[in-house]
Amino acid sequence: MLEIGLGHYLTLAAILFTIGVFGIFVNRKNVIILLMSIELILLAVNVNMVAFSAHLGDMTGQVFAMLILTVAAAEAAVGLAILVVFFRNRGDIAVEGVNLMKG
Amino acid sequence: MTATALLANLSLIIPELVLAIGAMGLLLAGVFIKGEEAAARLVSLAAMALLILAAGVAVFLAPQGGGTAFFGAFVLDSFSLYAKAVIYLAAAIALVLAGHYLQTERLARFEYPVLILLATLGMSVMVSAGDLIALYLGLELQSLALYILAAFNRDSLRASEAGLKYFVLGALSSGLLLYGASLVYGFAGSTDFNAIALAAEAPSIGLIFGMVFVVSGLAFKISAAPFHMWTPDVYEGAPTPVTAFFATAPKLAAMVLLIRVLMEPFGAMADQWQQITIVLAVLSMAIGAFGALLQTNIKRLMAYSSIGNVGYALVGLSAGSEAAVWAVLLYMTLYVIGVAGAFGVILSMRRAEGMVERIEDLAGLSRNRPGLALAFTGLLLSIGGMPFLVGFFGKLFVFYAAVQAGLVWLVVIAGVFSAVSIAYYLMVLKRVWFDEPTGGEFINPPASVAVITRVTGIATVGLLLVVPFMLNRVIEAGSAIGG
Repeated sequence: MLEIGLGHYLTLAAILFTIGVFGIFVNRKNVIILLMSIELILLAVNVNMVAFSAHLGDMTGQVFAMLILTVAAAEAAVGLAILVVFFRNRGDIAVEGVNLMKG
Repeated sequence: MTATALLANLSLIIPELVLAIGAMGLLLAGVFIKGEEAAARLVSLAAMALLILAAGVAVFLAPQGGGTAFFGAFVLDSFSLYAKAVIYLAAAIALVLAGHYLQTERLARFEYPVLILLATLGMSVMVSAGDLIALYLGLELQSLALYILAAFNRDSLRASEAGLKYFVLGALSSGLLLYGASLVYGFAGSTDFNAIALAAEAPSIGLIFGMVFVVSGLAFKISAAPFHMWTPDVYEGAPTPVTAFFATAPKLAAMVLLIRVLMEPFGAMADQWQQITIVLAVLSMAIGAFGALLQTNIKRLMAYSSIGNVGYALVGLSAGSEAAVWAVLLYMTLYVIGVAGAFGVILSMRRAEGMVERIEDLAGLSRNRPGLALAFTGLLLSIGGMPFLVGFFGKLFVFYAAVQAGLVWLVVIAGVFSAVSIAYYLMVLKRVWFDEPTGGEFINPPASVAVITRVTGIATVGLLLVVPFMLNRVIEAGSAIGG
């Protein structure tokens, strides 16, 4: 029987985090996917936090995770608001379209 | 926590309480005041008063010797007090610069000063953070307010694009920082800076990884290369007074936070982080110096100039000594004063048909507005570190700290880039003084902006008289966390 330990959780979080970062840099289509990638990064951090908290027997990590969830919600609200403003001005939300300023 | 302990804790955070309660009160007041313009003007004045009140409280009513509150999550020492005073005043100046611009561009809404107050509150928590949680919450409070400010001109495609870019890259940097924080928490066993400092004396590989992520996240916030990509676009796209704010208080706050994080929790890991700060410093100086040479937009130029200046500050910080702390603090203070004035000049670039922001629009400024041209010359050369304006001494002490730590080769590189960067300031000044005027004259800047440019312009020379006094202040501030 395979024992699920700290290492497994850390690996999962590292994979999620990497997918999130790649989602931001490789994605060329849609700004919504950028927001999803950001959310994925924050959730990877939460997995880390809770896993460490359980491993250390220390509550701080779980408190931190709750605060991260709260801030992530606020962040998503601000991000979507900015996205709506951008969409109103431009008419689409393709990542290639975010290129008015360069250099 | 008993009532007396709570009161003792609250007495340490009076400036923050003033800002937090003030911001919420003004948000309510803004809704009830009739007329959008009137609400914006009143709330803006009240916000300035609150910032000056908070600065006064921070300077004059601070408990002797400082202390910590909320189980070490909030640290009040001479270092954070100094940073707070500068941040509050820089935010007040940003509000003064914004007033007239927002009115003429039809952006005068009362949310603007409230957002500035909230961002300032976030910075204030950042510089006092004694715990990874406080650090993160302060940083996010600041960043969320700044994302909105960048896109404040919601009918402009440029501004909304700037806001979007800033948001995505800012959120990514927060994610990097958080991932680092989770690793630091896991491998040090605590989020408290003092406990992390103990664990850092014999750092595990996980702690080093965490530190690298935290420092990269913070490098985004101070726009050090290679994490600088957002800076030129955001500076160009955001409304000019917002850019003026971005370039002053948040930059200083993030730098102060970086200093505290490197010196306090990771103080014993100086050998590890020194390699990172040196690479960041060299790249930032190079990109700042060469990137600026090709720019045609004055706000973009200021963005590259700020990237370069962060590089010089990091040269000093790489020394990792007490001298490094106060030298960087002095350098950033003088930089903030210079940049506030330079943006005052940029906000004065208004012709009858509207604002202009190309460098060639400055042609012939010395004939139309000799006073403004003179102030701009002093400010740009002071930012560039030309002897013997006051900015030169900032750079001198930063280099002194680095030489003291044996980083002579780094200072030689910094000197070379410094000379290159003087070239683009001189290219701007050549337009100001020697080119024929092209467009129409600039119309008279509003009194508020004119006062800021004049005062900061005179300060580039006048502050030379008080450099010893400023040195005393920053050395006292640096002694709180250096060594």
